Amino acid sequence: MVLSSQKTLEQNALRIRKGIIQAICSNKGGHIGGSLDLADVLSVIYTDFIRIDPQTPKWDNRDFMIISKGHAGPALYSTLALKGVIDYSRLNNLNNPNSLLPGHCDRNKVPGVDATTGSLGQGLSIAVGAALGAKIKDSGQRVFCIIGDGESAEGQIWEAAQFAAHYKLDNIIAFLDWNNMQIDGSVEEVMSIGDPMKKFEAFGWNSTLVKGDDVLAIQKAINFAIESPNKKPTMIVLKTIKGRGAKCIEELPNNHCLGFNDDLKEKVLEELKERAVELDMEEEQWN
Amino acid sequence: MRRAFLKRVAEMIRNEADTTFFTVDIGMWAIRDVLKEFPDRCTNVGIYEDGMFSIAAGMARRGLVPTIFGIQPYLVERTLEQIKMDLAYQKLGVNVIGTGAAVDYPKYGYSHYCAEDLHVIKAIPGCEFIAPGSAKQFIQLFNQTYRNGHPTFFRVSDHPNQNNDPDVEFGKAVVMQKGSKATVIAVSIMLDAVMEVCKGKDVTVLYYTTLEPFDRETLGQYYNNGKILVVEPEFEGSLTFDITKSFEGKPVQIESVAFPREIFRNYGTYEEKMQYYGLTKENIEKKLEVLIRV
Repeated sequence: MVLSSQKTLEQNALRIRKGIIQAICSNKGGHIGGSLDLADVLSVIYTDFIRIDPQTPKWDNRDFMIISKGHAGPALYSTLALKGVIDYSRLNNLNNPNSLLPGHCDRNKVPGVDATTGSLGQGLSIAVGAALGAKIKDSGQRVFCIIGDGESAEGQIWEAAQFAAHYKLDNIIAFLDWNNMQIDGSVEEVMSIGDPMKKFEAFGWNSTLVKGDDVLAIQKAINFAIESPNKKPTMIVLKTIKGRGAKCIEELPNNHCLGFNDDLKEKVLEELKERAVELDMEEEQWN
Repeated sequence: MRRAFLKRVAEMIRNEADTTFFTVDIGMWAIRDVLKEFPDRCTNVGIYEDGMFSIAAGMARRGLVPTIFGIQPYLVERTLEQIKMDLAYQKLGVNVIGTGAAVDYPKYGYSHYCAEDLHVIKAIPGCEFIAPGSAKQFIQLFNQTYRNGHPTFFRVSDHPNQNNDPDVEFGKAVVMQKGSKATVIAVSIMLDAVMEVCKGKDVTVLYYTTLEPFDRETLGQYYNNGKILVVEPEFEGSLTFDITKSFEGKPVQIESVAFPREIFRNYGTYEEKMQYYGLTKENIEKKLEVLIRV
């Protein structure tokens, strides 16, 4: 398997962030913090690993992507636009009446979305079901799934974890977005998740911790899970920072869901543009 | 209404040592100081609805008065079995307060809508359901019920009535006006719109904030040839059983202005949704005219 360079992955992550801003600003606000912090992992998955056909999003043997923390829909949509599954113009219509781009992931409306989510705690179970289904059909499909740390207070997450280990679902590669922030405080303060690596290990998973914005570390972890199957599901715990990629968002005490005025939009885009220059992105790569 | 509720909770926790309050990751901004002062009795449990109901049942079993706060669909749908077995069947008093009435979270999609809440709770005998139309009414109804030993569900709306705010009593309808051509049932936040339409018309208007148990006795006094218009900010037909039971043995013609029984697949603002589903003064007027004319 040929893997992409750090620069390519970071450039794609930046373009995903820009698309997130485009979508959220189209409705003057939305779930920004937990969308931005997924840009890096989505860049790695969609650049190097996930097997989809942008022209045939419903290709039966595609790999699945399930974002259990459904409010990060804008991050997935932006990634799908980057891959050409949906058109970029669609990002301009988030959450409006009759919109085909709902704030929470909706598989009825958006091609490339494999599960409708928004009720927290349920996505990992759907992913586990899809992974078991792929095993039964011997389709060779993989299932990627991203869960949140706050939503891991839901018992259903741990029921799914036990199920996946019991059925030896090594075709599931899940990610825990460990940003330690939820709506009303830090996860540590509200309902501590403890040591998630040890927890998933205890449930019978392979588990590893990487920095959520370290694209090469994420790439290495996913590649290892794919190249070295051991009849266990894999949990890659991403130590993330909510709002990552835009300092002016990152530094806000509660950036879970923000209203966006033109000033804030300008500030964020300015930051992203500076980063584009650092990454030697040409004008056409950026716009 | 939410602010009034949180203020009342803070007061309750401070002054009543047998009360507890748990929020499922929402609203703590308003009572952070209480949270710090009484960490055992006032806490944010995180995103954890179903288990929380059983924990609250355990507390009620030990003589405490628990109140849970969260987002309506997760409080009444995710937790249905816990409501049935841990609260209703065991007759344990837990107060459940839900924000996100019907389409109060208009942009977040079907997972966050809950027009079916009353219908769901009515399916579990023994539960009470209250939908105040204002902050004042929330306080009145909460104070009357929070220690009554029943599972009591409150629907807290972000769009209260602005012009009509009568005093209310748990389990009782308010007679807003009397007339003879039809009876209009105004539920919760729909009172303003109903009154605007019905003022000066020869129709009875009854205002309901307690939806379970439903005050059949008061409705039963205003038959008006069996012409009933129900204006409810929930699924249509949620009160049909109660209405027909109120007039047992007599024929009734029920028209309704309510959310249709379908999956809501659209987005947009609250106002756009109310318009789209016809919860408007114009539609109330139209339905009432037809009802009276036929």
